[in-house]
Amino acid sequence: MPQPPLLRLPVGGRRRRTARVGGVAVVLVLAAAACSGGTGFTDETPTGADDGVDDGTVTVLIGSSGAAETEAVEAAVSAWSSESGIRAEVIVAADLNQQLSQGFAAAEPPDVFYLGTDQFAAHADNGSLHPYLDALPQAADFYPSLLRSFTYAGTTYCAPKDFSTLALIINTDYWAAAGLTDADLPTTWAQLREVATALTTDTHVGLSFAPEWQRIGAFLAEAGGSLTSPDNDRATVDSPENLEALEYVQDLIGSGVAAFPSTLNTGWGGEALGSGSAAMVVEGNWIVGAMAADFPDVRYRVVELPEGPGGRGTLQFTNCWGVAAGTDTEAAVELVADLTSPQAQLAFADAYGVMPSVATAAQQWSGDHPDQAAFLAGADYAHGFPSAPGAAAVLADFNAQLEGLPDADPADILASVHVDLQAVLGG
Amino acid sequence: MVVILGLFLVVPIAMAFWVSVSDWRGVGNPMTGAARFVGAANYSDVLLGDGLATKDLGRAMRNNLYYVLAVVPLQTILALTLAVLVHRRVVAGRGFFRSAFYFPSVTSSVAITVVFLFLFSATGAVNRLLAVLGVEGPNWFADPRGVVHLALGAFGIRAPYESGPVLLGLSWWNWISGPSVAMCVLIVLAVFTTSGTFMLLFLAALQHLPGEVEEAAVVDGATPWQRLHRITVPMLRPTLFTVITLGLIGTWQLFDQVYTGTQGTPGKTTLTPAYLSYQTSFQQQEWGQGAAIAFLLFAIIVVSTLVGRWLLRERDTTAPHRLRPARRPGTGSGS
Repeated sequence: MPQPPLLRLPVGGRRRRTARVGGVAVVLVLAAAACSGGTGFTDETPTGADDGVDDGTVTVLIGSSGAAETEAVEAAVSAWSSESGIRAEVIVAADLNQQLSQGFAAAEPPDVFYLGTDQFAAHADNGSLHPYLDALPQAADFYPSLLRSFTYAGTTYCAPKDFSTLALIINTDYWAAAGLTDADLPTTWAQLREVATALTTDTHVGLSFAPEWQRIGAFLAEAGGSLTSPDNDRATVDSPENLEALEYVQDLIGSGVAAFPSTLNTGWGGEALGSGSAAMVVEGNWIVGAMAADFPDVRYRVVELPEGPGGRGTLQFTNCWGVAAGTDTEAAVELVADLTSPQAQLAFADAYGVMPSVATAAQQWSGDHPDQAAFLAGADYAHGFPSAPGAAAVLADFNAQLEGLPDADPADILASVHVDLQAVLGG
Repeated sequence: MVVILGLFLVVPIAMAFWVSVSDWRGVGNPMTGAARFVGAANYSDVLLGDGLATKDLGRAMRNNLYYVLAVVPLQTILALTLAVLVHRRVVAGRGFFRSAFYFPSVTSSVAITVVFLFLFSATGAVNRLLAVLGVEGPNWFADPRGVVHLALGAFGIRAPYESGPVLLGLSWWNWISGPSVAMCVLIVLAVFTTSGTFMLLFLAALQHLPGEVEEAAVVDGATPWQRLHRITVPMLRPTLFTVITLGLIGTWQLFDQVYTGTQGTPGKTTLTPAYLSYQTSFQQQEWGQGAAIAFLLFAIIVVSTLVGRWLLRERDTTAPHRLRPARRPGTGSGS
């Protein structure tokens, strides 16, 4: 809350004093409402220097996970810059979505930027993106499932810059201590429940994952469920498959063999695993870097998620290189072509633990990271984020309801999310 | 003056209002043909729709209403109490106490929010203290349960039946939930940080009160409580009005703590209209709806300020009358 300004009350007759206080209050109210207007179009865009509309500089706005990612992108961009002779500048956003929105509102967007799947559809819908995918030489090499996340109304707009999938991460010391061997690695839901039970002790739970679609969605996929039909036309949330998945998750939590990270007093699954509060977690590629940085002594292995009643399933997460419509698009697309080349992507993968979005780099990546093969295996059956404007808000609501899953009726949750998702899909 | 007011007040408000009745989607200048007039569509989408936008506004309104109802009285009473305490000349080291009570107010709200996130974590200092007392504390910031629901649950009362939405997409059972456990932490935080500021306002007013009235009351044999209740507080009415007005404005605009701390979680129980407006605009690119929410918030603040003003209005009684309690029963002036 903003600190209220100190007011010295005007002196005067009692009547007049009240009236003046009222006047002051109305002015305060007006000023306050103006502040909370939530519309940033009068603000200078904080994206920094020029945006290359006329001066030939390509600005690249990224939301970085840390120094490693920033340095890798800066190195790649400056290498391209010296090769092509076009000036380019990398800006690390403090709040990517907000700075991007302000850039577009001020008609001074960055030329190239990270764009998340949850933000993609809204930006494609309001015409701020330049669809350039077909102009890329490696257009055919991207995983089709990744491209689907960046296709809106029949047009694929931007190139996925890399991706991650979810897998099961196991603390190998706990695994051995519970007397489990490689033969016990869970391949079905029933086995997952068994090992989670075996791994649960007084000091840690067997399994942990955050109460959000971005983790529990893997169980929906394993049950054979989904959020939307493949063409994103209609919602398929309220299905028996999804219900079975939520009931399974509810049972895991209810029986005490699984817990959300927050109830283990940790911020996310990686912390739950690293701090020893959980023996297994459902997390993605990013956990590798986090474990190396924060918990270098914890030994773990990465295996594929077990099959559910609907077969294998996991979720994939990706960002694309967005190019703003109407700016210096030609140079921007050239830069993106360079940044999404297999060599550049393999360098990024080494720097900050993502997987290349082009299938041609898969083999080398597997060779470089044999211990993470399970993440790449997930690419074949992973589900992505539904690309529809408003879907992000629906999933945020889904997540809010999933927080209450232990005490809630899964059928109610699915029914309400189904209605909301159908509404944004244009039903 | 006119230029400054126009540039920083009138023009932004007018532009925001235009956005709230337009279909502007966040690209280009909304004043130059990038947006079309859509009438009250944005307002009806967030107020009368049956979709997520309406439900979210309903939740945000509910959360913030409970927040206001808790914070404004608590911080006003606490500020007045502190002011009266440190105003007394007999208190040893009152300069120290004045500074100490004011200190939270000059600290950045972001810093305090972060400190509170640690204090109220599942195994944080607060829960350890409660454990010493034999109480198992909740997982504060991860607990979406409303306190009224919890209280009813203690008597075995659960959601009786699903009544369907009654207002802004929420059922009446959802409306009466009370602030969630997580929101209660934000309530404590707000009272903690703002009471010092308002204490200063009360203190300044107390120092300007004529001492003779107080002395006369002492001579008349009024007890300290009567002197506070019948003399000091009525004479502080203009300050009380200021404090309550500033409190209402500030509490309805709850944003910092949500943005830096909870982001509306758990279960959207710390979602507030100000944060929802931001989220709708910047994350969902629904700028028209975001601006509409901001104007609804503005309307709520104006109305609640006017109500506060009416409740604290000057009546044709004077302080001496008020020394005779039987004379005007039930005036309910809030003093």
